[in-house]
Amino acid sequence: MLWRRVAGGVIAIAIVWAVEWAASSVLNPYIYRVLVLCSINVILALSLNLVNGITGQFSIGHAGFMAVGAYASAAYTVYAVPVWFGASAGAGWLAAGAFLIAILVGGLVSALAGFLVGLPSMRLRGDYLAIVTLGFGEIIRVIILNIDAVGGARGFAGVPTRTNLAWVLGGAWLTFAVIRNLMKSYHGRALLAIREDEIAAEALGVPTTRYKVTAFVIGAFFAGVAGALFSHYTYLHTNSFTFMKSIEVVIMVVLGGMGSLTGSILGATLLTALPELLRFASSERLIIYSLLLIALMIARPQGILGQRELTLPFRRRRSESRPTLAA
Amino acid sequence: MQEFFQQLANGVAWGSIYALIALGYTMVYGTLRLINFAHGDVYMVGAFAAYFLARALGVGTVTEASPLLAAVVLLGSMAICALLGILIELLAYRPVRRSSRLTALITAIGVSLFLENFGIRVFGADPKFFPQVIAPRTITLAEGVLVTNHQITVVVVSIVLMVALTLFIKRTRTGKAMRAVAFHRDAASLMGIPVDRIITITFAIGSALAAAAGFLVGLTNPKIEPLMGIMPGIKAFVAAVLGGIGSVPGAMIGGLLMGISEYLVVGYISSTYRDAIAFVILIAVLLIRPAGLLGRNVAEKV
Repeated sequence: MLWRRVAGGVIAIAIVWAVEWAASSVLNPYIYRVLVLCSINVILALSLNLVNGITGQFSIGHAGFMAVGAYASAAYTVYAVPVWFGASAGAGWLAAGAFLIAILVGGLVSALAGFLVGLPSMRLRGDYLAIVTLGFGEIIRVIILNIDAVGGARGFAGVPTRTNLAWVLGGAWLTFAVIRNLMKSYHGRALLAIREDEIAAEALGVPTTRYKVTAFVIGAFFAGVAGALFSHYTYLHTNSFTFMKSIEVVIMVVLGGMGSLTGSILGATLLTALPELLRFASSERLIIYSLLLIALMIARPQGILGQRELTLPFRRRRSESRPTLAA
Repeated sequence: MQEFFQQLANGVAWGSIYALIALGYTMVYGTLRLINFAHGDVYMVGAFAAYFLARALGVGTVTEASPLLAAVVLLGSMAICALLGILIELLAYRPVRRSSRLTALITAIGVSLFLENFGIRVFGADPKFFPQVIAPRTITLAEGVLVTNHQITVVVVSIVLMVALTLFIKRTRTGKAMRAVAFHRDAASLMGIPVDRIITITFAIGSALAAAAGFLVGLTNPKIEPLMGIMPGIKAFVAAVLGGIGSVPGAMIGGLLMGISEYLVVGYISSTYRDAIAFVILIAVLLIRPAGLLGRNVAEKV
């Protein structure tokens, strides 16, 4: 069924560009900006869900990998692109190609960081794993803060704006597709088995450490992609990647429902939109936001969707055949 | 060498503050298995409570600075935060106690965000200058090693509070009940221990210690603002993990280690790496000794 996939891809790209064209000509810049940041958050939430929700390993250092991707891709764009592509890489197809490579650079460097961090950390569990990932996230941020070539404490100026709604929507769609297909594959089952009972999975011959590190690396890759999209959109400074950012992504995942991909999309969208919707309350908005968060956790501890997925009505028949996990 | 001892002295003073905050983390974690993310913000509220109390008592304007006044301010802010801790436990944590631990964690983050933003709204985002409740003086410890009487107060008050806490946990009935709840909550409940009340007391004590830390910080670094609790909170938690979470002496040792290593990094490497050293030490310790320095290794049951 290769042709169907190729056709699907072409149609998806066409839709994404159509949405971009429509959005940029109809929507006001403020809403457009919120939509872009929202899609970046969707990528972050989906990739963290792979680690936290699907594999059941609690990581709260996602902003660190986002930072690695953001800075690696920005450094590539600022230092390497003018040399390799020439000064003409400022616009058009050449710029788009250079940006695509920049995104990949961001993702791959971040994946490498994920491997280096994941290999030692994945021996730990629960709260210890959480606090170690938090620690690595902060260490990454402080290291970047001390690299002068990428601006250090001044922030990295001069990164051209390349990201638009089409890029981020495409990125979000690709992240969703990859993680969804992974989840339904042989390897995805192994990840779910680790979440449900790590000891049982190990006893049944699942190489748990290898799978946990793999999930972590894939999660880091997409966090890096999100970072690359972020750094080519807005002013780049390490303050965007503090552990509060990691916490924000964790909240998105938990609020949407751990292990539910559509839940992550929902959670990321809601939590990006909510502070904007509360703008009428200006100085009280973050107080309301935090109270809503507490209230939601008390009223619905499993998140909005729990482990279920939202499906489109005409796709329901297919998804029902999916084997469900015993709770 | 003189430089080394100077940084050591600064580190011990700063580390005592970490230790006080870390105690609250470790006690709550011991009883509830919850990382109380809001704890750093309770410390912030403690600093502000002391600030407003000192202002209300007219320190520096109506009344002279004196140790007695300082003690009143300290005890007052501890009482206010103990109440705050009880309220937080009652309103936010108790309803999610039977839910998954992750839910409780997110709730704690919610409480933390609430306190921060509430602080910004009520106290204002701009830094406030903590009144001088004790007149500052510089003391020469040895050739070229200078400490302030504030730093000495910090260390002495911390030691007194830690000794009091240790005696309370070791010698009193309530302390024994706290240890029992930390050891096995359900079994403790079956033995007739009022678990809910013990948890409330744990929160009250932990929050009071955080308030003491807030007051002491106001004394040494007299600039306080609503977001001041975030970083010390995280680092104090790291200190608790470092020492072995759930262990009271571990939290003290972890806090001191953290403070000293931070000042050594500031003195010998660069102040920009100050925030990273805590985590480097943490990761090194956890990879070698996953239960922390004084923590017990719990065998995994299949």
